[in-house]
Amino acid sequence: MYDLIVIGGGPAGLAAACTAWEKGLRRILLVERERELGGILNQCIHNGFGLHHFKEELTGPEYAGRFIQKLRQTGVEVLLDTMVLDIAENRTVHMVGASTGYRIEQAKAIILAMGCRERPRGAIGIPGTRPAGIFTAGTAQRYVNIEGWLPGKRVVILGSGDIGLIMARRMTLEGAKVLACVELMPYSNGLNRNIVQCLSDYDIPLYLSHTVTEIRGKSRVEQVVIARVDETRTPIPGTEQVFDCDTLLLSVGLIPENELTRQAGIEMDGRTGGAVVCETMETSQPGVFACGNVVHVHDLVDFVTAESQRAGEAAARYVLSGQKAVPVLEVQAGNGVTYTVPQRIHPDQVEKACPLFLRVNQVYRERGLTLTCGEETLATFHRDHLAPGEMVQIVLTKALLERAAGTLTVSVQEAT
Amino acid sequence: MNYDVLIIGCGITGAAAAFELSKYQLKVGILERENDVATGTTRANSAILHAGYDPKPGTLMAKLNVRGSALAQTLCKALAVPYQPCGSLVLAFSEEENAIVERLYRQGIENGVPHLTILTGEQARTMEPNLSDRVTAALHAPTAALCLPWTYCLALAETAVRNGVQLHLNTAVTGLEQTGDGWLVHTAQGDAVKARYILNAAGVDAQTVHALAAPHTFTIHPVRGQYDLLDKSEGGRVGRIIFQCPNAMGKGVLVAPTVHGNLIVGPDAIPVSGCDVSVTAEGLDAVRKAAAQSVPSLAFRQSIRNFAGVRAVADTGDFVLEEAAPHFIDLAGICSPGLSAAPAIAEYAVELLKRAGLSLKQKTSFLSSRSHICFHQRSAGERAALVAQNPAYGRVVCRCETVTEGEILDALHSVIPPQSVDGVKRRVNTGMGRCQGGFCSPRVVELLAKAWQQSPQEILQDRAGTWLLACETKGRDTSCTT
Amino acid sequence: MRELICIVCPKGCHLKIDEEKDWSVTGNQCPRGAEYGKMELTHPTRVVTSTVRCIGGAHPRCPVKTDRAVPKEQIGAVMEALNQVTLTAPVRSGQVIVADICGTQADLIATRDIESNLQK
Repeated sequence: MYDLIVIGGGPAGLAAACTAWEKGLRRILLVERERELGGILNQCIHNGFGLHHFKEELTGPEYAGRFIQKLRQTGVEVLLDTMVLDIAENRTVHMVGASTGYRIEQAKAIILAMGCRERPRGAIGIPGTRPAGIFTAGTAQRYVNIEGWLPGKRVVILGSGDIGLIMARRMTLEGAKVLACVELMPYSNGLNRNIVQCLSDYDIPLYLSHTVTEIRGKSRVEQVVIARVDETRTPIPGTEQVFDCDTLLLSVGLIPENELTRQAGIEMDGRTGGAVVCETMETSQPGVFACGNVVHVHDLVDFVTAESQRAGEAAARYVLSGQKAVPVLEVQAGNGVTYTVPQRIHPDQVEKACPLFLRVNQVYRERGLTLTCGEETLATFHRDHLAPGEMVQIVLTKALLERAAGTLTVSVQEAT
Repeated sequence: MNYDVLIIGCGITGAAAAFELSKYQLKVGILERENDVATGTTRANSAILHAGYDPKPGTLMAKLNVRGSALAQTLCKALAVPYQPCGSLVLAFSEEENAIVERLYRQGIENGVPHLTILTGEQARTMEPNLSDRVTAALHAPTAALCLPWTYCLALAETAVRNGVQLHLNTAVTGLEQTGDGWLVHTAQGDAVKARYILNAAGVDAQTVHALAAPHTFTIHPVRGQYDLLDKSEGGRVGRIIFQCPNAMGKGVLVAPTVHGNLIVGPDAIPVSGCDVSVTAEGLDAVRKAAAQSVPSLAFRQSIRNFAGVRAVADTGDFVLEEAAPHFIDLAGICSPGLSAAPAIAEYAVELLKRAGLSLKQKTSFLSSRSHICFHQRSAGERAALVAQNPAYGRVVCRCETVTEGEILDALHSVIPPQSVDGVKRRVNTGMGRCQGGFCSPRVVELLAKAWQQSPQEILQDRAGTWLLACETKGRDTSCTT
Repeated sequence: MRELICIVCPKGCHLKIDEEKDWSVTGNQCPRGAEYGKMELTHPTRVVTSTVRCIGGAHPRCPVKTDRAVPKEQIGAVMEALNQVTLTAPVRSGQVIVADICGTQADLIATRDIESNLQK
């Protein structure tokens, strides 16, 4: 019997396992399906990671490397090339691997850290033919950065999320011509710095309020047609532009990977695509925690690390000192807020304060985020700038939580 | 090369004919233009074995559909083809449609379809709770089933090959020349092939192949059908195949589970020229709207893929199964219910060959079964045994569909090995899931490159010309500058 | 007055830079923003991240970066220079691959460990 099984050896699983070890757990098993630790960070060779956590700017592999080094100094047992197939009753984990064989292990606690995956073409339903040459940005990133292959030479990118922007620069540096970065919304979901250093630096045009309306090509992509969209995001006839290209990269969103979570019967939140969690990142199933992109898609790995450390600490506490039944408050996403994490808070378990993460549904300037309980406004948090692409963090102090008597609602204040 | 019977085209019709002929002491060959079997109509359709109430009584379609669906039941089992006898409903939404349902019922009885019943709207909703409140009546056909068309075709072709049939991929027919005792078949690849008899199973291009051998007798009107495939989270929305009443263009839009547990909706029916399988926004929208009439609660944001297929509809209104020139037999116009009818079409083809003078002698030994390991469908105990026996079954390559390296290697060592990433997908299901190959395709490329001793750069997505990787990074490949 | 988005960190502050007043910067939330604003208009630089060939390891490429920002106009030359490099595993993160690359005073360093295949 293990104290803890951590599923996933990316940034979330690494941080959670390290912290659980520091907090006193000794029989920890970390299961990773790839042949090495580090998760998707291994292919994110650009810099910009770690400013919060390490107070310096690292590349993805460096950020992962630091945690891998740290993990090696613990006694955490690691199984690579091993995939968890099922989480059965009583935290029994079925896993399989070429050298692992088929193993069934039980644990006192489990941390889910499976990360997320990219939305494919089908999820956005682009019309046209189905030639080769359509890649998700992350798949192209793996080919370029890890395997050493350039997937195409003339490229259009749909979606201006950070992965799309980073790949625009990366493909350009490796000799491809990136013709356009096309964004459905009137604003980019990527970081401003990436628009500057990935697009502007290389004179790659960004088409806001545009989308791909057709893919042409019999065997390989030959042309991509884009058009401007109206306020309802419907293409406007007559605004089409045709690009001769051989590749379309899709950077159209990430989806938490929760097959195991659903299979295990854990309560899900349809808005985040992840499990419903409380402030300790515990799910609806006692002793099962979740952290990182499997819970909700983060903008910065530093935030994944912080969240995972909380999960690791809570899992250790759960194993070492058990759990008491304490009152719980629901947290609701109100006007202008698309989701919150956590969705539940136990005020008695909060030591001094707990962070609350949320996303808003559109761009706002100079607005307050209000925390209300019934008719009473408990607090207002002012923000200069709010955007769907930027995760917002507010800190709820214990004193604040103690004033709440029922469901908490976070909303964007109406314009004054 | 010298054959008794040469089949042109290895879709479901050609493969079924090859399978049937491989039971006899004959030299049989198949010429397939593409680099794999099942790349035309067989590849993209509703994946349904129809009960057989749709075709007009007395037609070949009626006769062969009912017989074919019955044969498929045992055939799929013997050849390890996913088969799910889930039954179907045809919904009526008005008085007029109630009458259509009644007509289909009578037609079905006449065609010999077993166990048909007419349900009230209420009864239909008890059976399928997510059906629309507006449903007024439904025809229930318990013998309708789901299958996996490309596996069905591959299994038939593989078994035929194991029984001695020779399959030539990447071989396009360019000319047919009548000789004293048969035909000389010219191919784009240079070598002419001799054949005493020819079966034309060229699908959408059957008319073109026919024209090489015989005067005009039929015209193929390709009709494109567009589909939307939804995530497994929607797979339980219905348990049966849900049709609407047929209209002039076909059987209408259906909502059905798939053998993989996803949900499929479609098709529309748009006349196209040639093999145009592009999808359109309007088509997708229309299909979704129509499907929502049957099952209003469908969550289309769970869509993981949309695709289109082309049906080879003949202007004769029926399958075209006849000897068009001496020793040249058309198996053409195989639109719906062609998949259902395939094994019966094959029997019929053998009958036509016999009538044309081919003498048939059964083989003494015929391999009639096929095995296929599908890791994720096994129990925990069986999985453990598989991994112990071969560690490659322990390495999961496609995480969405839990497909292991062992299964991919099995496919690569099979009698009709895949030559592309999609070829692997058709055999073992890699890349069929939610991420649509995002994570596993680089691994599949790696395994293909190793198996074929090629550079990853030479690996194709699908058919010839569908290259995946332009060149190596780090600039030493001079072809790689723009 | 010029406006820029600061790229020093993910915050992306909107900077205003006054060319007339010795490139004085406003809108920055930290001193690094002020430094960036002036640099960007007088002498723009970037850290280059890319890969180099690597043989004998688990992967055919090793990720690398310049250990400090290099002049923007030198990026092409740096990319060209690292096309010429082939490493042999094992490689250690932080290992200097090309010192003072293209005379920029920046060292090109590996950003991950790559174990040798032979050790397995």
